Amino acid sequence: MTTSLASTATPWRTLGQHAVSLLRRSGALVALLAAGILGTIRHDVFLTPENLLNVLRQNSMLGLVALGMTFVILTGGIDLSVGALLAVAGVVCAQLASHGSIIAVVGGVAVASLLGLVNGLLITKGRIQPFIVTLAMMIAARGAALAVTGEQSASLGSSAHSLVWIGRGEIGPVPVPVVLLLLAYAMGWVALRYTRFGRYIFAIGDSEEAARLMGLPADRIVMTTYALSGALAGLAGIVLAARLGAAQPVAGTGWELDAIAAVVVGGTLLTGGQGGAGSTLIGVLLLGVIFNLFNLEGTISPWWQWVLRGVFLLLVVVVQSRLRRVPTAPTSSTTPRSSVPSPAGRSPARPR
Amino acid sequence: MMGQSLELEPEPAASPVRHLRRLVPGPAYAAVGTLVLLVVANALFTPNFATASNLWNVLLQVSTVTLAAVGMTLVIATGGIDLSVGSVMAIAGAVASVMLGRGVIVAVLAACVVGTLVGVLNGTLIATMRVQPIVVTLATLIAGRGLAQVISHEGELVAIDDATFMSLGRGHLGGVPAPVIIALVAVGIAVFLLRATAFGRYVLATGGNPAAARLAGVPVRRTLISVYAASAFLASIAGLIVAARLGASDAAKIGQSMELDAIAAVVVGGTALSGGRATILGTVVGALIMQVIATSVNMLLVPYAWSLALKAAIILIAVYLQRPRRV
Repeated sequence: MTTSLASTATPWRTLGQHAVSLLRRSGALVALLAAGILGTIRHDVFLTPENLLNVLRQNSMLGLVALGMTFVILTGGIDLSVGALLAVAGVVCAQLASHGSIIAVVGGVAVASLLGLVNGLLITKGRIQPFIVTLAMMIAARGAALAVTGEQSASLGSSAHSLVWIGRGEIGPVPVPVVLLLLAYAMGWVALRYTRFGRYIFAIGDSEEAARLMGLPADRIVMTTYALSGALAGLAGIVLAARLGAAQPVAGTGWELDAIAAVVVGGTLLTGGQGGAGSTLIGVLLLGVIFNLFNLEGTISPWWQWVLRGVFLLLVVVVQSRLRRVPTAPTSSTTPRSSVPSPAGRSPARPR
Repeated sequence: MMGQSLELEPEPAASPVRHLRRLVPGPAYAAVGTLVLLVVANALFTPNFATASNLWNVLLQVSTVTLAAVGMTLVIATGGIDLSVGSVMAIAGAVASVMLGRGVIVAVLAACVVGTLVGVLNGTLIATMRVQPIVVTLATLIAGRGLAQVISHEGELVAIDDATFMSLGRGHLGGVPAPVIIALVAVGIAVFLLRATAFGRYVLATGGNPAAARLAGVPVRRTLISVYAASAFLASIAGLIVAARLGASDAAKIGQSMELDAIAAVVVGGTALSGGRATILGTVVGALIMQVIATSVNMLLVPYAWSLALKAAIILIAVYLQRPRRV
């Protein structure tokens, strides 16, 4: 009798467990697919290459910023300065534009990654919390961008054709910013999964103390992630300046929050040690597609879009936290749910 | 019996001074020193700084940040953070401006209730769903700003022409501006709550070690929800004051990046972001430091951009001086 009971219950339970484990691993992906299906049903233009490439192009800059943010968050840190560093890189690029495009791009990215490195130095050697260091950097870097430009937007100049190409050009049918985005994510994915650097990042995010005791160069790795975050924010700033044809000292205001939102929606935990580049790309695309659907819908005022974005973000994180608390092991169905310990909401599953 | 006697054993006091410092929880000495130094230097070198009207102006301007920062101190004491205060300010301003037709009291009450509800939502999600505070309040920051715009007739600037309501921001009581009085009352209540009530102990216990606090019988959930509600309530009042001073509800501008100013005041004042430790008076000192710098930089005609660099440096230096020693 017990066996027959079990056999009738099992298929349902395993099906449910499969669904839950899929949702838990890639809830954002499921949501992205659902949003895509909804868009395809409601709007003929949604599933056209033009529209999809447009979504990618519009979100390419935020995507670059969010990738850097992912590295930082995986170590258990946070980088509030990305929006300001984005502006600084754009401004530096505009200042150097007359010396040639390559110098302008390299200079912009270099300055931003240098400032990121300063973040990392203050965090590791100065032992100040990432939140405060990068908050101060956000304020100071924004000030520097405003000071250098005299609070005016700085034109890239008419000679900077190849610079503008970074923002507006196309390789075949694909816009250059999208190519940059995909390249960056491919590299980020490989770095996190298949390199020692990536393994170290996960180790530090899981437990910095343990990583240190194992002899990992934790300080150096953490500094590198902040420099990387600065560099990617800088690249995003150059792409943005190139698209607009001018560098604005107020560019990127509030982007740090959008980037954090994308990272979190993708499923990377703010406590570090769990997540990845792929998750963040899905998070960026999910937020982008939803914004696109709002626009295609056309009847939702921008203010309601803000409200819905916030509510959506809340919904995603609440669902994620619920799912993470459902027991993982299939044999644990006999244990009452209340006895499942989940102090920090961490499941043992991690990309390997 | 053995364990009991062990528990009762007082910790050996390292030195009388350290013992005293533990007994007298006050604003960090570095912060107070910085403030005194700044005021004296400004009095000597900045023309017209040490005039009564200018000093009142500093206090008037610091009052709204102080309100938000006091709530933020309570939140940070529990180990959390509240990014939504600026949006809550905008919501309160918007609600009040729309409801003013039904009387000042109704408008103010409605604004406080709606604003506080945002805090209750924050607290509930953080306490019961165990979502990280930074994520929850980031979401309410985004949604709240939109909501404020929706409430104020889809993003219009709603003018306020009610004299009673305006006195909230522009009135005086015995020569003291009304916002300063409101901020003082809030500071007084918060100091009392934190130092002399069980609630204050709960807040610090929750921030120090939530698991231990729960085991010790601290109502952690209730404490967390109350703290976020208090933060939102204080932010609502700050929003009302700003709206009253502006004479309008500007849903896009009111409280913009207030969360960062408030956090800066809290950490400069000596409250650690890690929770478990808090000083309301320190936060007031921190807010004053930031405001004195802003005012003096303004009066010395230093470009805005450089004042930002100075602000960043002050935050870093203050936190660096107060960082915990590595054991």
